[in-house]
Amino acid sequence: MKKRWRQGEHYVWFSGAAVCLTLLMVAVLLGVVMVNGLGYFWPSDLALATLDDGSRLLGAITNAERVPDRERDNLQFKVGNRDLYGEDFRWIDGAAIADLAYPSNAVLLERVEFGNFHGFLKSLALASDDLAAPGDDWSRLMAALPLVAQRQATVDEMQGHLAELNGEIESLRRQAARLRFDDERAHAEAIHTLQDRMEQLAQRFEGENAAIARTVTELRRSRATFRDAEGREKEIVLADIVRAVRPNAMSVWAKTGFYASKVLELLTDEPRESNTEGGLFPAIFGTVMMVMIMSIFALPMGVVTAVYLREYAREGLLVRLVRIAVYNLAGVPSIVFGVVGLGFFVYGVGSALDVLLFPERLPTPTFGTGGILWASLTLSLLTVPVVIVATEEGLSAIPRGLREASLALGATRFQTLLRVVMPMAVPGIITGFILAVARAAGEVAPLMITGVVKLAPALPIDGNFPYVHLERKFMHLGFHIYDVGFQSPNVEAAKPMVYITTLLLVVIVMVLSLTAVVLRNQMRKRFQSATF
Amino acid sequence: MRIQQSAQPPYRLAVDDPIIAIRNLDLYYGEAQALKDITVAIPRRQVTAFIGPSGCGKSTLLRCLNRLNDLVDSVRITGSIKLEAMEINSGDVDVIELRRRVGMVFQAYNPFPKSIYENVVYGLRIAGVRKRSILDEEARRSLQSAALWEEVKDRLGESAMALSGGQMQRLCIARAIAVNPEVILMDEPCSALDPIATAHIEDLIDALKKTYTVVIVTHNMQQAARVSDYTAFLYLGEMIEFNKTDLIFTQPERRQTQDYITGRFG
Ligand SMILES: Nc1ncnc2c1ncn2[C@@H]1O[C@H](COP(=O)(O)OP(=O)(O)OP(=O)(O)O)[C@@H](O)[C@H]1O
Ligand SMILES: [Mg+2]
Repeated sequence: MKKRWRQGEHYVWFSGAAVCLTLLMVAVLLGVVMVNGLGYFWPSDLALATLDDGSRLLGAITNAERVPDRERDNLQFKVGNRDLYGEDFRWIDGAAIADLAYPSNAVLLERVEFGNFHGFLKSLALASDDLAAPGDDWSRLMAALPLVAQRQATVDEMQGHLAELNGEIESLRRQAARLRFDDERAHAEAIHTLQDRMEQLAQRFEGENAAIARTVTELRRSRATFRDAEGREKEIVLADIVRAVRPNAMSVWAKTGFYASKVLELLTDEPRESNTEGGLFPAIFGTVMMVMIMSIFALPMGVVTAVYLREYAREGLLVRLVRIAVYNLAGVPSIVFGVVGLGFFVYGVGSALDVLLFPERLPTPTFGTGGILWASLTLSLLTVPVVIVATEEGLSAIPRGLREASLALGATRFQTLLRVVMPMAVPGIITGFILAVARAAGEVAPLMITGVVKLAPALPIDGNFPYVHLERKFMHLGFHIYDVGFQSPNVEAAKPMVYITTLLLVVIVMVLSLTAVVLRNQMRKRFQSATF
Repeated sequence: MRIQQSAQPPYRLAVDDPIIAIRNLDLYYGEAQALKDITVAIPRRQVTAFIGPSGCGKSTLLRCLNRLNDLVDSVRITGSIKLEAMEINSGDVDVIELRRRVGMVFQAYNPFPKSIYENVVYGLRIAGVRKRSILDEEARRSLQSAALWEEVKDRLGESAMALSGGQMQRLCIARAIAVNPEVILMDEPCSALDPIATAHIEDLIDALKKTYTVVIVTHNMQQAARVSDYTAFLYLGEMIEFNKTDLIFTQPERRQTQDYITGRFG
């Protein structure tokens, strides 16, 4: 024992334990998130419970609570039918349950509004013959739903076109406003032409709008009537049904297909029902785009600063002070950065830009309000110290002999920097970049005051000129977690979404860092066997 | 050219046709004086060795010859160093040009983490040479002069990091030769090598002096005796004695020199 102690083996044990603890923490965190998040999309069976008092309820069992000396646990049911019952979840005393059955014709509907519906199909009323199909009500419903969805998609497309028209009219209106702002008299003719064009467009807008209204009315006449467990009837418009399944009758394969379609929806669709349902595409897009814009600013800024500090500046009091200041920036609370971003970028630079570039739109701000550009710039302020520190470390690790060798061959300092020093510093720089990206992607507080919103009307990149709209507000996964988890009216129903969003954010950060790590290791391999 | 030296002390040898002439050179690192009133001439196309105990200023003197001391912020130099007609110490000398004329090989072999080929042509590339044929030709010539060609001619594209220590040092010599310098400075080029690799490099130095002027710093008395034509003995920043190598080793004029080469101190 004494001998072991002398050999310093206890240190090995200590560091081993520390590693284990860290791994355990990571594993538990990921585990909790995955267990809670991944199961959510699996269509769980619907249990029909008959209680002692004769009342009945139909729902998925989401939780169980052990009660000592009782045969049956207390059960939590997700009963759905928010529009009928007012609540999604109910705890049922296990002792009060007289019978628990899984009827194969129990239907689970995912709706555009009011969450899920659990019940039984009673009848079906199709408005037009081309939706009709042979068979019983259920197979007719199954046949009709895709067709309805198709038509709904056409309507959405038309509405998109309508929005385009609207945008065009708006831009004409702005042109006219700008001319008026400039000199109303001198541009009278041009303004007139613009107004003519606007009127034409407005007429087309009216026409298309009416056509859409007709199609929608027609589409919404197809309805299905359902009964809930208690026998109450509910008429539901087919166009409002997102998915309809009978989970108790589904095979594992069918459930897998369902799961896949939900995951696909998550990755590619817009959110529904105040973000607790549907997809996360805008938030994913916003997060990734923000991180990219952040990198475009933070990476060059950090690298250039570090190169100056390490390679050119004369080591002295001033440089040391600057370095300490930079290192300490990393410890400033992120919300402080948010405030700086709001004051400097949004109110300062943004308002000045508005006066210079878009005077005709004032007092409506364009850049003078939160937007993805300002949020990204704020984050780049936040992450630039990380890049600086890592780059400086990378630069200082390069042996002096190599610089001297290059200089002794007649290279200038800049050539030495470019051809010898920088290539070797790249792995260090990438390490810093990974840390910066991870930090930026997970940061929420500063974004809340510089441009993030719970629901953005449009993506920051779209088909309308000038295609990239850096002034737009955007959605973000981190903020989504906060919003859905803590600000939504129906927290219990939103919980799985919170886990899934977290999981997605973690995965995105991991994918981004893994790419960088692979890149770095490849660069490292080239320098690996260097002996100095 | 003949350097005129006024009151010639015995250790200040007049050299026929010197390529570098150092006069009254003083060098300070901050307050500390590292070189004291050095006056010496380096003969053309000969091997000159600097010997002396550790910390006596050999490397410092060597690095004055290609202005590598500029990298040290605190350094201050007075006196004159002339490379032919060029005053090395003057503020307006073209340092880039100077370093192309005076190449250097370091104590720790330091090839760049690039391919063998890129290491050799590095100096040419930064000088702006683009033409592939010229680069190829120069690479072959310098590798041949550095006696490395036969060993690496089939693997020029491979990383220089995969070479052995002796090969790396020869690569560094080839790299210095590639820019066609007039003088090659070597700071203890063999200190990290085994006897066989050392013998290799010594043969190489012998061959190099046909074309180049070589200045070598070494701690190894036998090596100095073997490879050099002239030897300078430095002690505590002063040039104690400078003479033909065979004379230094057989009949040193100064007591300190004798003590040092016979190993009585140092
Ligand atoms: N960059 C520097 N800053 C301050 N002092 C230095 C610096 N480089 C060398 N010196 C000092 O100058 C003196 C001469 O150093 P130098 O490196 O020239 O010795 P040397 O003869 O090459 O020794 P060695 O044989 O050990 O290499 C030493 O006292 C050393 O401490
Ligand atoms: Mg030395």
